Amino acid sequence: MPSFVINEKCDGCKAQDKTACQYICPNDLMVLDKEKNKAYNQAVDMCWECYSCVKICPTQAIEVRGYADFMPLGAVVQPLRSTDSIMWSVKFRNKKIKRFKFPIRTTPEGTIDPDAGMETGTDNLKSPLLRTEPESIGTELYKK
Amino acid sequence: MITENFETVIIETDLLILGGGMAACGAAFEAAHWAKQHNKKVTVVDKASMERSGAVAMGLSAINLYIGLKDGKNTIEDYVNYVKTDLMGIARDDLVANIARHVDSSVHLFEKWGLPIWKDEEGNYVNEGRWQIMIHGESYKNIVSEAAKNALKELGENGEYYERIFITEPIMDGDRCVGAAGFSVRENKFYIFKANAVLDVMGGAVHVFRPRSVGEGLGRSWYPPFNSGASAYFTLKAGAEMTCQEVRFVPIRFKDSYGPVGAWFLLFKAKATNAKGENYMETRASELENWAPYGTAKPTPTNLRNYLMFKELEEGNGPIYMRTDEAIKELMADIKDEKQAKRKMKELESEAWEDFLDMTVSQALNWASHNISPEETPSEISACEPYFISSHSGASGAWVSGPKDLSPSDDYHWGYDNMTTKKGLFAAGDASGASSHKFSSGSFTEGRIAAKAALAFIVDNENTASIDEEKIKELKEKILQPLAIFEEHKDYSNDEDVNPNFIKPKMFMFRLQKIMDEYAGGATVNFKTSKALMEKGLEFLEFMKEDAEKLAAKDLNELMRCWENIHRMWQAESHIRTMLFRDETRWPGYYFRTDYPKMKEEWKAFANCKWSPDTGEWEMIKREIKELT
Ligand SMILES: Cc1cc2nc3c(=O)[nH]c(=O)nc-3n(C[C@H](O)[C@H](O)[C@H](O)COP(=O)(O)OP(=O)(O)OC[C@H]3O[C@@H](n4cnc5c(N)ncnc54)[C@H](O)[C@@H]3O)c2cc1C
Ligand code: SF4
Ligand code: SF4
Repeated sequence: MPSFVINEKCDGCKAQDKTACQYICPNDLMVLDKEKNKAYNQAVDMCWECYSCVKICPTQAIEVRGYADFMPLGAVVQPLRSTDSIMWSVKFRNKKIKRFKFPIRTTPEGTIDPDAGMETGTDNLKSPLLRTEPESIGTELYKK
Repeated sequence: MITENFETVIIETDLLILGGGMAACGAAFEAAHWAKQHNKKVTVVDKASMERSGAVAMGLSAINLYIGLKDGKNTIEDYVNYVKTDLMGIARDDLVANIARHVDSSVHLFEKWGLPIWKDEEGNYVNEGRWQIMIHGESYKNIVSEAAKNALKELGENGEYYERIFITEPIMDGDRCVGAAGFSVRENKFYIFKANAVLDVMGGAVHVFRPRSVGEGLGRSWYPPFNSGASAYFTLKAGAEMTCQEVRFVPIRFKDSYGPVGAWFLLFKAKATNAKGENYMETRASELENWAPYGTAKPTPTNLRNYLMFKELEEGNGPIYMRTDEAIKELMADIKDEKQAKRKMKELESEAWEDFLDMTVSQALNWASHNISPEETPSEISACEPYFISSHSGASGAWVSGPKDLSPSDDYHWGYDNMTTKKGLFAAGDASGASSHKFSSGSFTEGRIAAKAALAFIVDNENTASIDEEKIKELKEKILQPLAIFEEHKDYSNDEDVNPNFIKPKMFMFRLQKIMDEYAGGATVNFKTSKALMEKGLEFLEFMKEDAEKLAAKDLNELMRCWENIHRMWQAESHIRTMLFRDETRWPGYYFRTDYPKMKEEWKAFANCKWSPDTGEWEMIKREIKELT
């Protein structure tokens, strides 16, 4: 069962109009059981193990149990994602543990200026120059 | 009546961007700038949420296309030659060059927006291979989509974004595309988008062929299960000409979890060998001469590397291993100092694991579950099932106009960059064909090119078409039909999935996959097919097309699955028809025609196809390859 929800940890995203896991899943797999107030993956065999739901869940209620048709039991790969980095703990079947931390972003969330302070060198809609070019290329645009 | 339970929502816009992936984000970013200048409206519609939709949902560990023009690292011509050789001579130079000349701009923007790109001591990007640069890319899609959303905000009310709307059909007015229809996967709403120009950027297709794993691992295809051929369906149904629909992509990846091999081959310089430890790229080098001039060029084309591996397996020399252990040993060989060695080992280990954790977490889980440490144990690699992804090493997609200043002639250029053969309908990323190897950065870039051209089209061509009530009613009934069929018949049998009056989308998908796998050269038949097999496959597809009218959905999620599989079926039919048309074998490691086992000079040409909305007939068209230089 690729992504699964740990019942005890899921609080149904506190009954907000949509849950975080439902908001994010690119394959529309996560749904909330309204009676139990717990989320579940409605088609585990269509799950990509992309971890988007795992990363976004505010209570760390989602984990991934590797596809049972080819992965032996016992391993856990779990992320903890902050605004600028991600920490992974990789637990092997033989209990060995490895931890990794990687940067994910160099700017604060929400602050992106699309032009990144660069000028667009033309107003002409028919010119091959695109927004922020040629400055963003760092050199003149290639011509035949 | 089901249709009465669904509100019809009509949205009018100037530029309609369908999809929310890399190409769509590039398009939104670019379109906002020019739309603002010309007071036009831009609307983006995605079936998922842009923050994590499409192939980059999980992140990526490399940007596979960066030319390095400002540092004079490579030239545009170098890149065009590389791409064309990899595709065995079949590529549109003008399209490839157009993407390549703009792509560095996109990469520089990504960096400024906050994407961490690896740097060496001198502050230069770290190359994985000649064209690839390494990134800490877990949040690649979050960053790029934030830029796209912020760009839309510059337009105020004229910048709109809709998520969780599944697009099904194009809306045509004669020869011109004037919008699209779809439905919300969350509430009972049917959508009609009227537009002056439409940009199709809904990605490629997976699960057209039977995947290797069919239990829980069904969803672990290399290509994400959420891209299901909507792009190809949309342009086909519009009546636009398609190209390279035969050029599928079969990646070689770490076995079962399909983890990336690029870093191992390029960055760590690992070798793949058969079970006896023989490097088949060396022992079988003479086979490559049969595929000259492409086979003898360096680097060896992707499909030919596959082919040599298939030969090993056919002769019983499997499993095939990526010699990760030897590669690491080699990288450590020169380091004598113990402390330094320890540091280097830690660094390599972290790089190796990050490669998976950034873009195929499943592979890390696979290693952990098998107790694999790459420095100690080699790992099996194998061929995935076939996919349709023209932005990678496949090429299938719409036949689009090239840029005026680079296109060699009028057959390659008809007005606006990236416009299909239908007016006002544009395509980019996995939706446009014959411009392989654009990858994430090139798809984003092509989205930009297409969006700017689409705005030029909009300014030049006002849309006076109106979509009449009858047409809307007809579309609504057709799109919601699977819900109606389920409602009508569900009480007949005891099992909601087993009912003689309808077919559920999952079994429909399995049927398609079985046909494609067995008759059209899937993984279980070692990618081999022939005229006789394909004609049989087409016969079975005819039954499927009839049964598509009996698809049933119990809810909105299943309604989406129904339409995904109809889209896949069209992708499948155009694929078989084009493989049939091209009576040769040109990409033996993607598919092999046993009846025509060799490459033919006369087929150094594009195999295009077109479906006519008026007659329902398919037309096959051969088009010349024209060089840029
Ligand atoms: C496993 C894998 C690894 C890769 N590794 C690399 C790499 O290391 N470096 C690199 O540069 N590139 C890599 N690529 C290539 C890169 O991901 C693609 O080139 C790029 O994402 C293509 O962009 P696109 O916009 O065409 O498609 P996508 O980014 O896939 O976007 C498609 C969009 O369409 C939407 N959509 C689909 N159907 C519908 C519908 N019916 N209605 C509405 N919306 C719809 C989807 O939700 C999504 O938003 C990799 C690809 C894969 C699959
Ligand atoms: S995001 Fe987490 S807490 Fe919220 S509904 Fe999903 S599993 Fe439960
Ligand atoms: S792992 Fe990805 S595909 Fe699977 S349920 Fe979570 S978000 Fe969806």
